[in-house]
Amino acid sequence: MRSRLNSLFDALLPVIATLAALGVGAVMLLVLGANPLEAYGALWVGAFGSTNAFAETLVKATPLLLVALGICISFRGDVINIGGEGQMIVGAILATSVGLTFTGLPGWLVIAMAMLAGFIGGGIWGGIPGVLKAYFNVNEILSTVMMNAIAVQFMNFMLRGPMIDPSQAELASKIPQTARLLEPFRLLRWAPTRLHLGALIAVVLAILVYILLWRTTLGYRIRAVGQNPNASRYAGIDVKRHVVLALLLSGAFAGLAGMIQVYGVNYRMITDGSASGFTGSAGFNGIVAALFGQLHPIWSIPASVLFGALLVGANSMQRMVQIPSALVTALNGLVVVFVVSSEIWRRRRQRRRLAAAKEEDVPPKPDPDTPGKTKVRA
Amino acid sequence: MPEANILPSGKARIDSLEMRGVTKRFPGVLANDRVDFDVKSGEVHALLGENGAGKSTLMKILYGLYHPDEGEILLNGKPVTISSPNDSIHLGIGMIHQHFMLVQTLTVAENVALGLPSSRGLLTDLDRVSKRIIELADIYGLKIDPSAYIWQLSVGQQQRVEIIKALYRGAALLILDEPTAVLTPQEVDELFTIMNQMVKDGHALIFISHKLHEVVEISHRVSVLRDGRKIGTRPTSETTKQDLANWMVGREVGFAPNRGVVERGEVRLKLEAVSCGSDRGTPGLRAVSLDVQAGEILGIAGVSGNGQRELAEAVTGLRKVTEGKVTLEGENVTNLLPVELTERMLSYVPEERMRDGMIRNFSVAENMILREHHKMPFSRSGFLNLGEIARHSAELITKFQVKTPSQETLAKNLSGGNIQKVVIARELSRKPRVILAAQPTRGLDIGATEYVRQQLIEQRNAGTAILLISEDLDEILSLSDRIAVIYEGQIMDIVPREEATPAKLGLLMAGVKDESASVVTT
Repeated sequence: MRSRLNSLFDALLPVIATLAALGVGAVMLLVLGANPLEAYGALWVGAFGSTNAFAETLVKATPLLLVALGICISFRGDVINIGGEGQMIVGAILATSVGLTFTGLPGWLVIAMAMLAGFIGGGIWGGIPGVLKAYFNVNEILSTVMMNAIAVQFMNFMLRGPMIDPSQAELASKIPQTARLLEPFRLLRWAPTRLHLGALIAVVLAILVYILLWRTTLGYRIRAVGQNPNASRYAGIDVKRHVVLALLLSGAFAGLAGMIQVYGVNYRMITDGSASGFTGSAGFNGIVAALFGQLHPIWSIPASVLFGALLVGANSMQRMVQIPSALVTALNGLVVVFVVSSEIWRRRRQRRRLAAAKEEDVPPKPDPDTPGKTKVRA
Repeated sequence: MPEANILPSGKARIDSLEMRGVTKRFPGVLANDRVDFDVKSGEVHALLGENGAGKSTLMKILYGLYHPDEGEILLNGKPVTISSPNDSIHLGIGMIHQHFMLVQTLTVAENVALGLPSSRGLLTDLDRVSKRIIELADIYGLKIDPSAYIWQLSVGQQQRVEIIKALYRGAALLILDEPTAVLTPQEVDELFTIMNQMVKDGHALIFISHKLHEVVEISHRVSVLRDGRKIGTRPTSETTKQDLANWMVGREVGFAPNRGVVERGEVRLKLEAVSCGSDRGTPGLRAVSLDVQAGEILGIAGVSGNGQRELAEAVTGLRKVTEGKVTLEGENVTNLLPVELTERMLSYVPEERMRDGMIRNFSVAENMILREHHKMPFSRSGFLNLGEIARHSAELITKFQVKTPSQETLAKNLSGGNIQKVVIARELSRKPRVILAAQPTRGLDIGATEYVRQQLIEQRNAGTAILLISEDLDEILSLSDRIAVIYEGQIMDIVPREEATPAKLGLLMAGVKDESASVVTT
């Protein structure tokens, strides 16, 4: 009975943490002189209040989910991928150039090719830090972040130069953007909303990633390497190769998120000079969604929807109750902090419960958690 | 003795400590059930019991890490409350943990001073600490250099630092939690000398172990716990090893596994002048030559850190062989990858089973296929065959008597003995041609030890070649057909079972070739 209550509590913990974060946010709203109930009402209506609002939420959730799927793979393999932003950008650049180059091919083929290009682009961008980590012992947190910076500059260069919209090139304004994709290359939309086929693709991929992780030899190996590289090595698994693969796949899914943004939402790439100008920070928020979903591809679906809702709802909240936009960002941050902390707390609680239950049953030999191995955790 | 009631360390003696009716419940488990236990000044009271019997819980209660649900603790006849290790240290109770609580990159003095206020306020007082360490070391015959770094010390020396640490903090009663598990026979002797000295000076010692001969040798009284209950307390002189073992397990225990007579077959594993490095950059193995035949167990005896690990790693492809040749069933396998050796049916029971043999957060079933996960029938064109995996692990769980709630249980939730059973099941069920077993029973309780040894013997009887690396001389003597002694990376000698005596092996393990010869130098 008690254990059932415990597991119910554990399952609801992210929700409780979210509510607690909103509670703290309410205090901040009060300080700013806004009515929290009104503000949160606006948030709710903005995210779920109408078909269109909900569709917008799903549109925002789609890239989050795709990035989150990659994060599930890499974090399960004990590599921390902070490079989702850069991987999205590079995937999008490759995918966009496919769409702008093969204008004579049928739509479905170009879309398929673009998906592949996005996958490859992100894969390369993730694979490079993977190789650096596996073979040169370069910390992947640093390298993936730095790869983000490179990707942004690469995007700015491409969009101002080689890939610039020909019509812009002739104008004095020279807005750094590509030409628009042809009509047949755009992902199917559920008119009149902006909800597009990409959302469905992301859900299908979530199921595929679940299968990859728990039903295939590759997934078994990635998880084994992530959990215990020593035992994996003893068992004959090539640890380095699987570190590279975990980061490469992780990047590939982010790259796909970049492709989906172009083909499903904007139909072109445009830059304001920053990474988030294109990605909407999905490369980072996807990490949070994945953690919120307990690094499980299926649970990442509702997690992504929740964060999509926060993004969309916060915008409408800002419009309706006139609060500074910084507060919206802060609110997102609060949710992240609360959820991640609650997860850490849950694990500790669980460990204590387990330890208590099997006390005396612990093996007397060295505790493999402690030896001087440096385990990096974001 | 200088003064009555005062220890040489200058602290007050603990004349008696008594735990009365101590009960501790964990969800679903009664870890201690009305346990009475007492220890007096000037005695070693051994606490025996299998893993899970409740020894650690009882001691953690005494040390203030747990609070008992019922029962009381009396110190010198007066009830005391111990709610944290701080309290127990204050009362003069010290504990030497199995895993040393030392900072490797600090010196002995720094480790001893760690967490204590300095006598100079904000400035360190390491010189005073060092002086005091030397004083204490003199009194108790503990040779230790306060300025040495922990990483430079052997395991036995590190343990001495732990003892000094406890004495420095004024321990009059010392709990030693399986202190010999990590020591060489020589280091055990030294520890016992120290313990005897402490007892003579009026300390009270609680000694936890499952090694019966040690209990018989060092303790004055012995208490046995089983399933959380105390079975009894007796003067050690009135018991025998066999009595104690039966008491502990609750049934008759056979010490020596039944070794059938087996015709030895062809040479399966051969090492010719194999050399390799070690992690410290010094030579690990130096021109080691040996062979293991089908149907025999070749035991590698030696003091810890004399090349055993390097030998295991060189044979299993985890360490680069710099010179020499390794042959597996006639094929040169020098420096092949671990996976290639696995495919040639070499099985490996690693020394650090939790680090190298197991994935803690994988289920029992997933761990059972760790070596063969990529092969038929467990994997088909890249997809795991979950049905087959479940069937296979269910079969192994039954066959190897793994106690687990289910095959979906995470490995980390099993006891040490059962974890080793999973490793043994996985490695032995592959029908290996050669098995390398490193410290296969280290840290296991009697029941599990008996089981693992029996399994190895059965494999030998079935004609498998087994290389057994163990620092437990009893194990080597009871299992091996031939015994090779390793010292500083060299094989000192290979002795047939019939000619092997502990005395003879002990000399070889210390680097003495024969009684007349001098110690082998590098």
